[in-house]
Amino acid sequence: MSNLHVTPFARGGRGMRLRGLVHKEFLQIVRDPSSIAIAFVMPVFLLLLFGYGVSLDADHVAVALVVEQPSADTADFVASLQGSKSFAARPMPSMARAVDALVAADVDAIVHMRANFGERLRRADGAPIQLIVNGVNANNARIVVGYVEGAWSNWLGRRARAQGLHLDPPVVVEQRVWFNSELRSRNYLVPGLVVVIMTLIGALLTAMVMAREHERGTLEALLVTPATVGELLLGKLIPYFLLGTCGMLLSVAMAVGLFGVPLRGSFWLLFATSSLFLLVALGMGLAISTVARSQFVAGQLAITTTFLPAFLLSGFIFDIGSMPNVVQAITYLVAARYFVSIVDSLFLAGNVWSVIVPNALALAVMAAVFLGITWRKTRKRLD
Amino acid sequence: MWHRIRALVRKEFIAILKDPRSRFVLIVPPMIQLLVFGYAATFDLDRIPYAVYNEDGGAASRQLLAAFEGSPHFRRIATLSALHEIAPLVDARDVVLVIHVQPQFSRRVLSGQSAPLQVIVDGRNSNTALIALNYVRTVVTTYNEGWMAARGSPALPARLETRAWFNPNLESRWFFIPGIIGVITLLVTMLTTALSVAREREQGTFDQLLVTPLRPVEILVGKALPGFLIGIAEATLILLVATLWFGVPLVGSLAVLYAGLALFLLSAVGMGLLISSLAVTQQQGLLGAFLFMVPAVILSGFATPIANMPELVQRITLLNPLRYFLVILRKTFLEGAPLPVLIHEFWPMALIGLVSLSLAGWLFRHRMS
Repeated sequence: MSNLHVTPFARGGRGMRLRGLVHKEFLQIVRDPSSIAIAFVMPVFLLLLFGYGVSLDADHVAVALVVEQPSADTADFVASLQGSKSFAARPMPSMARAVDALVAADVDAIVHMRANFGERLRRADGAPIQLIVNGVNANNARIVVGYVEGAWSNWLGRRARAQGLHLDPPVVVEQRVWFNSELRSRNYLVPGLVVVIMTLIGALLTAMVMAREHERGTLEALLVTPATVGELLLGKLIPYFLLGTCGMLLSVAMAVGLFGVPLRGSFWLLFATSSLFLLVALGMGLAISTVARSQFVAGQLAITTTFLPAFLLSGFIFDIGSMPNVVQAITYLVAARYFVSIVDSLFLAGNVWSVIVPNALALAVMAAVFLGITWRKTRKRLD
Repeated sequence: MWHRIRALVRKEFIAILKDPRSRFVLIVPPMIQLLVFGYAATFDLDRIPYAVYNEDGGAASRQLLAAFEGSPHFRRIATLSALHEIAPLVDARDVVLVIHVQPQFSRRVLSGQSAPLQVIVDGRNSNTALIALNYVRTVVTTYNEGWMAARGSPALPARLETRAWFNPNLESRWFFIPGIIGVITLLVTMLTTALSVAREREQGTFDQLLVTPLRPVEILVGKALPGFLIGIAEATLILLVATLWFGVPLVGSLAVLYAGLALFLLSAVGMGLLISSLAVTQQQGLLGAFLFMVPAVILSGFATPIANMPELVQRITLLNPLRYFLVILRKTFLEGAPLPVLIHEFWPMALIGLVSLSLAGWLFRHRMS
């Protein structure tokens, strides 16, 4: 590994010093295989688990059906529920049984038709169909209500046409979903997960390295060598950058090859912006490591500042535009936010410069800030 | 025996709380996270940015667009005058949706035909797109009903009467905040336990601990108790904020909630110590903590339902203590579920806790670097 040709300053003693530092770091990586595990095993393991495990598409919603007095009218409505693949309808003999099932979360909703359903259907004020949903998971509940409403209005339309009545609503919504026409949630969840995983890889790889040298007293030893602070930092960055890049390529390959997420933008643009993001993530890890000084505190800081913010505040799952202004302001500090925007567009929409340029600039600024902090904090202890 | 354990617990507390940075990490970030995530974690959309392209200009279209204008869910940020202006706005994510009223819209509505209302949605985040489309449909349905009622159309033969139990206004925040309580409690417990044995091993003080008269069980209790106590204190603080600040109703009994919390902490401390005693260096401890925590959160049903996962992944989630605790939290908070309903959530956590703690205790002696 000593003949690495990645050093940008490969001339004279400077290049040799840098090469020595990179070499030393690589030896350390090889001796404690946890770094290699972070770069290679973690992305594969997490993407497999999440790519298959995380989905927001509710199929086969379990609905309890309580029909007090079956008749041709009720059978007609029940058939329209059972015909849809959105439902898994479960007939139940009584309301009490259905309520038990709802409370035990065996079903998500109850559709209840009373004994006089057929009779009231022919009266002027119409027959009620009772729909009870378990509101604890509000998002799911809303989807279920939407499904039942759809089945209900289809049924009404069919009934009206069969009776030769005119029941067209004045305005019909005609939806055009751009970039993801089947609304497959995996198409944006998988690229988002790549971002979360890369945040973890970047921070985990470097969060301990400076603190470790500091704790063991070897940083002082390095500082008295002719190597400059810049060379020291580059010596730390280059090996982990290479490892992180491999992890990133692996993740992208899995997203496209295994999960069938379309990559509509340019691969090289994705590569370039990912490298930029990796630089931010590594820089953040180095900054944490330098500021914390002890591995214990560095580890705690890395856990708190990376995973949950990248998961909840990046716009990956929750829409940033709907958050209160103060929280929106905080999301600007989360690097994953910019990269999620870039990645969603590059994967699903293509090379949208109006999204990529501002977000890439923000990433560049963050990288500069984190590396700047590390540089200053390390230099301070020289004098 | 208790005397020795007390000394060890004291030493652990000093080790955790001595460093001001370490104290800070335990107290300030969890509070900030609860407040920030409590506001961030919701699927309810607000002020959805949209643009209007009206090629019709008749009374019916103006009336419909006024309904969007009046809704707090929507915020119009542009009015377009040509078709080619749509794409750049959507591409740049300036708007989530564009409402396009085609020519002849008002004439068709007035003549009793159905008029199409074209809605273009940015599908890059398909969940946001779906929710936004739902909101659009609600506005249009209300408009349709008003229009038909005004013209004396006959009432529909059947109507849906929808009720949402336990959360009548379908507030998505009521679902997520109990979840956040579980996630942050797990995070804090991992912070205090996952590196604790690894640090002593790396510094060599663990070997010293092993040659003292302390038995492995005593070391185990001494290592587990601080994480457990800190977890209880932290969770109490978070519970207070969740109920008093965010106003999430706590319908069920506190006793059931705390019984669940105690078992959850038992399993979380057990997993933390197991990871820590497997690790030889702190870096490995940190990696282990992440490798446990990230799947534990994502596969817990916190944001995406477990029922949507494939069979195999659903079976893996049975090993996840957070999965059970989230059910307990949500059911005691919103449904007021009594103990018997939750019994199947209690015993798996106890089992995970006992197994992981015994393994950790066994590893204390049998894993020497």
